[in-house]
Amino acid sequence: MYEIVTKRELAANIYLIEVAAEDVAKKAKPGQFVILRLNEKGERVPLTIAGLDLENGTVAVAFHAVGRSTKKLAKMKEGDSIHDLVGPLGNPTEIAKFGRILCVAGGVWCAPLRFIVQALRDKGNEIVIVAAGRTKDTLVFEKELKELSDEFYVATDDGSKGHKGLDFLKDLLKTQKFDHAMAMGQVVLLQTVTEITRAHNLKTMVTLASIMVDGMGMCGACRVTVAGETKFACMDGPEFDGHQVDFEELIRRQRVYLPEERMASMLYEKLGGMKRG
Amino acid sequence: MDREKRKHETPMAKQDVLERIHNFYEVALGYTEEQAMREAQRCLQCPNPHCVEGCPVEIDIPAFIKEIKEGNFLAASVKLKEKNSLPAICGRVCPQENQCQVLCVLGKMGDPVAIGRLERFAADYERMKGVTVPPKQESSVTGRVAVVGSGPAGLTAAADLVKLGYEVVMFEALHAAGGVLMYGIPEFRMPKKVVQAEVDYIRKLGVEVKTNYMIGRIYTIDELFESGFDAVFVGSGAGLPRFMRVPGENLGGVYSANEFLIRVNLMKAYLFPEYDTPIRLGKKVAVIGGGNVAMDSARSALRLGAEEVLIVYRRSKEELPARHEEVENAEAEGIKFMFLTNPVRFLGDESGWVKGIECIKMRLGEPDDSGRRRPLPIEGSEFIMDVDTVVIAIGQTPNPIIQRTTKGLETTRWGTIVAKDETGQTTKKGVYAGGDVVSGAATVISAMGAGKRAARSIHEYIMSKKGA
Ligand SMILES: Cc1cc2nc3c(=O)[nH]c(=O)nc-3n(C[C@H](O)[C@H](O)[C@H](O)COP(=O)(O)OP(=O)(O)OC[C@H]3O[C@@H](n4cnc5c(N)ncnc54)[C@H](O)[C@@H]3O)c2cc1C
Ligand SMILES: Cc1cc2nc3c(=O)[nH]c(=O)nc-3n(C[C@H](O)[C@H](O)[C@H](O)COP(=O)(O)OP(=O)(O)OC[C@H]3O[C@@H](n4cnc5c(N)ncnc54)[C@H](O)[C@@H]3O)c2cc1C
Ligand code: SF4
Ligand code: SF4
Ligand code: FES
Repeated sequence: MYEIVTKRELAANIYLIEVAAEDVAKKAKPGQFVILRLNEKGERVPLTIAGLDLENGTVAVAFHAVGRSTKKLAKMKEGDSIHDLVGPLGNPTEIAKFGRILCVAGGVWCAPLRFIVQALRDKGNEIVIVAAGRTKDTLVFEKELKELSDEFYVATDDGSKGHKGLDFLKDLLKTQKFDHAMAMGQVVLLQTVTEITRAHNLKTMVTLASIMVDGMGMCGACRVTVAGETKFACMDGPEFDGHQVDFEELIRRQRVYLPEERMASMLYEKLGGMKRG
Repeated sequence: MDREKRKHETPMAKQDVLERIHNFYEVALGYTEEQAMREAQRCLQCPNPHCVEGCPVEIDIPAFIKEIKEGNFLAASVKLKEKNSLPAICGRVCPQENQCQVLCVLGKMGDPVAIGRLERFAADYERMKGVTVPPKQESSVTGRVAVVGSGPAGLTAAADLVKLGYEVVMFEALHAAGGVLMYGIPEFRMPKKVVQAEVDYIRKLGVEVKTNYMIGRIYTIDELFESGFDAVFVGSGAGLPRFMRVPGENLGGVYSANEFLIRVNLMKAYLFPEYDTPIRLGKKVAVIGGGNVAMDSARSALRLGAEEVLIVYRRSKEELPARHEEVENAEAEGIKFMFLTNPVRFLGDESGWVKGIECIKMRLGEPDDSGRRRPLPIEGSEFIMDVDTVVIAIGQTPNPIIQRTTKGLETTRWGTIVAKDETGQTTKKGVYAGGDVVSGAATVISAMGAGKRAARSIHEYIMSKKGA
């Protein structure tokens, strides 16, 4: 059992929790993820590590309550326990001296980005951050990211704050030279960013959140096509060179469980929510 | 083995076909006390029993059968557990027909004693009555051993080492211990409560079981030594699914058998939405492959409500590697077989879901390395078959993470760890390995045998290291 030590609402339906998992905290690195199973009947939910507290032996993750499992997690309180937590999984982000780095993250993904950027900064990189969101209400950690960056931009799909959409990146890339880029978030965001950076031959690492079951290379649910080859996101990734990823296939594969997810979420809201918790 | 010859064997009741295809309860129901005693009567109590030579964990077969014959069922179980810590499991899934039973003297007539069924009976009897754990023996040995993986190989090594007096910590990456027995073999063949009871027994013997620890990610093998372990046993299994590498394989609705079986067994998708993990299945399911994994996938698909389930196998019926009994069960349940057929690509609909397979007919040529006749495609024989779910069950290769993260551990080009058969010793000092990670996908009992032999040599290694 893994206790939720702290819980904080970062934005509407976006939460940051710190979970007691001392052994994991000691070994985890930025860019890796954990898998949670809330209770004995729960599914395995992958979440990216958003911070570590070595003194208290906790691992932080931020999540957007979008479906049955994450909504259930959002209902849990400080002091409640999560049945299983395994990690660290996946390969860490490459933390090296690149030079000037463009980092784009959407919504909840700003939280793990913050953890990665801290490490990249310590290596002496210059950091340009774009915090993106559907609306201004889905932005998290703006202040913190701004402090960590040399330049900071906000972009929203509806234009409620900062730039409207990511098109401004095209101009940014014309006026500035970057040595490395990374993007985390919804697949459309990854796709948009990589299309823009492709024109400048700017290598862009993207974090692929494909559907996962075990997260340890045993099921192949997470398979993605990268440079024409089948890769397992959990073992070979989750970060890949965005210019090599077959995004169309990834989008199709992510939709596979949509009907079941909707049903589960609806059932949960209608009847399960109170009873099962 | 030929059914007709086995006229003296006591039959074992099964759940009725028409019922069992709608549930996940166990198919084989086991012997009653009378049936077990009757079957035990048949054993000749050979003074020089050949059956024992066929058992990789060296069970004293005539001795345990004698106890059943005399009605001492608990004593029979105790006798079994002297050598085998997982009798309820072996009695169910051991390929007895190629192990102990093939060497039984009565087996020469094609009608051996049903050793596996008797083993299952004794173990189940004890579980019903409440399992007794032998008191911890006084032991002068000291030392700590890490066991990586909690499948049959790891469980056996751990049990034997803890009985010798070592402190044993078993690390399992998944949230449940038991390996393939938990995540692969379906409930209707290997009830999960039976597996958990055997894992519990190992725990009660004193093994510390740490689930949610993926070695290679959280600790490397070298870090295990640094933290004070004297030796490491690696039993991480063969869980990496093989794909066919043909077009369309990443379409929705194309599963690896592992994904399919993990969703169904470990995550209990058959109880969705009570359990949170879904499985999406169409009406017509094709399973590619011919081993136990293919049979289990097909029979699971049927129970999940598929209207038609086909097994597509590139060789002929004679070459099917699955246990004979399981093929019979599958046939009885209405699974159809397409032999000498191989997929060349998968076709998808506009939403990216699989809607068909293009197959090619095969013929059998000369025998290959495995001694089986090599299947060859018949040119121009391609045809298209409509299906809406595909499960690929063409084999697994070893989980690679430990091999990738351990310096000095030699591997083969198939990704298996190089280890001596008799001792399990690898090319790295203090590291032993056994089971599927060494042999490639094999059987429960061979993994257990390897765990047993490795435990013995780990004991010798630590004793000599400590100068005893
Ligand atoms: C390696 C990896 C790392 C991940 N890290 C994070 C993380 O740090 N924070 C986080 O919030 N999520 C993260 N995810 C996604 C997260 O695992 C899923 O959001 C979660 O499993 C959803 O489970 P559910 O039962 O609540 O929703 P489901 O019922 O499974 O999904 C509900 C709906 O939400 C959609 N959806 C799924 N993921 C997201 C998402 N991230 N944002 C918006 N919509 C989504 C689904 O397509 C579906 O329509 C990660 C996924 C992977 C594979
Ligand atoms: C569907 C199916 C049906 C089968 N049917 C039969 C049958 O009827 N009869 C028979 O004899 N055999 C059968 N087999 C084969 C048999 O199950 C295997 O040969 C046997 O389980 C191998 O045992 P093992 O201990 O080597 O590995 P496994 O049982 O595979 O166990 C390995 C364990 O190690 C864990 N692990 C892997 N990597 C790590 C890591 N890095 N850190 C920590 N833990 C790790 C895995 O999660 C797993 O739990 C079947 C196999 C399958 C898949
Ligand atoms: S463990 Fe297997 S081989 Fe050994 S006696 Fe039992 S059924 Fe036979
Ligand atoms: S060989 Fe057959 S008859 Fe002889 S002891 Fe073994 S089981 Fe009994
Ligand atoms: S999630 Fe199962 S192989 Fe990656």
